[in-house]
Amino acid sequence: MADVALQPDRVGAAQPARKRSSLQKALKRKSTAAFLMTLPLIILIALLVLYPAFYSLHLATLNKSMQRFVGLGNFEFLFKRDTFWLVVKQSCIFAITAVFFKALIGFIVAHFVHNIPAKGQRKWRGMLLVPWVIPPAMSTLAWLWLFDPSYSAFNYTLSFFGIGPIPWTGDAAWARFSVILVNVWYGAPFFMIMYLASLKSVPDQLYEAAAIDGANWWQRIWYVTLPMMRNIIAITTLFSLIVTFANFDIVRILTAGGPLDHTHIFATWAFRIGIEGSDIPLGASVSLFMVPILAVAAIFILRDVNKRGNEA
Amino acid sequence: MSRKKLTRRQFVAATAMSSAALITAPYVRGAYAAGKLSIGFWDHWVPGANKASTDLVNEWAAKEKVEVTIDYIPSQGNKNLLTIAAEAQAKSGHDIFAMPTWWAHSNAEQLEDVSDIMKPIIAENGEVNGTAKYLGTSGTKWLGVPACVGSQIKGPCSRIDLMKKHAGIDVQEMYPAGSQPKADNWTLETFLKAAEACHKAGFPFGIGLGETTDNVDTAGAIFLSFGAQLVDAKGNLTVKTDAVRQALDFYKKLISFLPPDVAAWDDASNNKWLVSGRGAMIMNPPSAWAVAKRDAPQVAEQCWTHGFPAGPKGRFAPYLPYFWSIWNFSKNKEAAKNLLVHLSKPAAIEKMVVASGGYDLPAYEKLTTLKVWQEEGPPKGTLYHYPNPYKHQTLSIAASPAPPKIAQQIYAQATLTKMCLRYHQGEAMEKTLAWAEGECEGFMRS
Repeated sequence: MADVALQPDRVGAAQPARKRSSLQKALKRKSTAAFLMTLPLIILIALLVLYPAFYSLHLATLNKSMQRFVGLGNFEFLFKRDTFWLVVKQSCIFAITAVFFKALIGFIVAHFVHNIPAKGQRKWRGMLLVPWVIPPAMSTLAWLWLFDPSYSAFNYTLSFFGIGPIPWTGDAAWARFSVILVNVWYGAPFFMIMYLASLKSVPDQLYEAAAIDGANWWQRIWYVTLPMMRNIIAITTLFSLIVTFANFDIVRILTAGGPLDHTHIFATWAFRIGIEGSDIPLGASVSLFMVPILAVAAIFILRDVNKRGNEA
Repeated sequence: MSRKKLTRRQFVAATAMSSAALITAPYVRGAYAAGKLSIGFWDHWVPGANKASTDLVNEWAAKEKVEVTIDYIPSQGNKNLLTIAAEAQAKSGHDIFAMPTWWAHSNAEQLEDVSDIMKPIIAENGEVNGTAKYLGTSGTKWLGVPACVGSQIKGPCSRIDLMKKHAGIDVQEMYPAGSQPKADNWTLETFLKAAEACHKAGFPFGIGLGETTDNVDTAGAIFLSFGAQLVDAKGNLTVKTDAVRQALDFYKKLISFLPPDVAAWDDASNNKWLVSGRGAMIMNPPSAWAVAKRDAPQVAEQCWTHGFPAGPKGRFAPYLPYFWSIWNFSKNKEAAKNLLVHLSKPAAIEKMVVASGGYDLPAYEKLTTLKVWQEEGPPKGTLYHYPNPYKHQTLSIAASPAPPKIAQQIYAQATLTKMCLRYHQGEAMEKTLAWAEGECEGFMRS
């Protein structure tokens, strides 16, 4: 809807009168009102997101003592470090594996919840959302106790079956498994609730038509449910990929990047270098390395949203 | 309405009088005539210990008429490190800040030189130990005043009963309360045998190999006992040396006598190990013993804090000091220096040490024999040798004597414990050394 009519041929006689009237018109526009109402948020984002983002770009171009401009020197240095490439590899493994399992578990659980009679469904939805609503720093502390190297509750339980002890955070492979497990536990409810909302919007007539055509449960999922959920699956997956790539708290609390750096991801390694190692420019460079990866994901999201908008 | 006309002469006189009043006003001695001062102290984990610092500061503030605000900033979650980084970037914040270990050096360019007050403090309290000098000075400049609050030695804390029973070592006899240590036989060789015996008996030593400070500190002291340095004081790479090889070989043997999960240990793990009664020794300041006093008194009364075993190149113990530094953007540097002198008086230091239950350690030579360490217990005298009263061990920090800005990287990245783990997990010695050399080359980036 165009909320203002363009009249290019009209030329006003008196300049001040025209200015005043155009200001009044501008203020009356819906878009101006919307802009003014969102202005506080825009200023807040500019202060808390844009300024730090540009400041970290500036920091990433300085030398270690922050007294000299080195351009892309910090990135050149990083590209020669084995640990950096280990962190890149681990960040990819962590994000892709965690998002895959979050999506899979979310999809399955959403179907279970969808099939629960409406009366009891609200209780189940509430309970299943619990991991997602607890601040991850707190819930990860509980996981830390469960995985504790010496007093693990899991190992205690497994010992009754003659299994273990498992070095949950002491062995590279197990430590990777542990941090991914906690991330999946925390993030799966988000996928579940998004998929559940999407499932509820699939018209029943489509399933009825599929049933008349003799489709089995797998064919109903493959030819009806999945195509109808395509957009929401794409958006939640890519959104979660961004958030998971930028994760900090779970890895920091559970393993702090160990053992032997085998669970470090971008944010935890940036913290180790920048804050604990007092090399803020290099830490900023590590965290900025996420930007191109996340930007690609963001382009996909926006493209998908646009496509979805056009379809609507 | 009548209106009196202001003459030019009257205007000039009034202006001059007002200006004089405005300029001299700050020198009128009011309630807070000497201005404001804000302090970022380390938040002590001992209940009530912060009160001693607050009382001392308030006492000084009332006398000097300075308005003081104190923030106690915890080290949990590295909140103090984040605050230091933020204040250094913003060039604004507290006037005085408690800088842990490496942070005085890493912010050296932004800290006020306190050499002028260090001279009288040293004259009164005695010489400062070598590690405090290494971490607190840059050239001739003192980057902060060594703070007793938070400063600690991470020496062995042994179980008297378990060490006697399984390793045949009487730690009380070796380090008797009230007199000189008789620890000539307390060497790394004896230590290794004791570790093996206690491991066989089911009470292994609790020495971690994770990436947090307790783990790195122990490795640092043991490496130095072999003379092993990854980077020397001049900044040369010295990874591929026999001393480093010997230290790695020693650690490889030691790891086989430690609990199997030490690679995942953090700074709380060794404390829990001691308090649970599962281990015969840990390397820690008396915080673990203090927790045991509360939660497991039967364990606490069997604990004895003592010196490190000696290696071929000497006896080294990990020492981690705090410094009270003044930011160069502080607007009240003179008042800040005056306060630091007040906090460094022997009576003030003793008050803070007592409030911490003997945990805090002054860096000064004349202040290592305070009454509190003789009296704390049970068992009485358990902390007598904690402050190194006979200087029979060299206080050190891991990765020293490398230039502090390189050493901080070695320390933060836990290069020493990673080397030990890699070698223990089967990596060839030369491969481990090559990896460490590559890491250290990276740390030399300026």
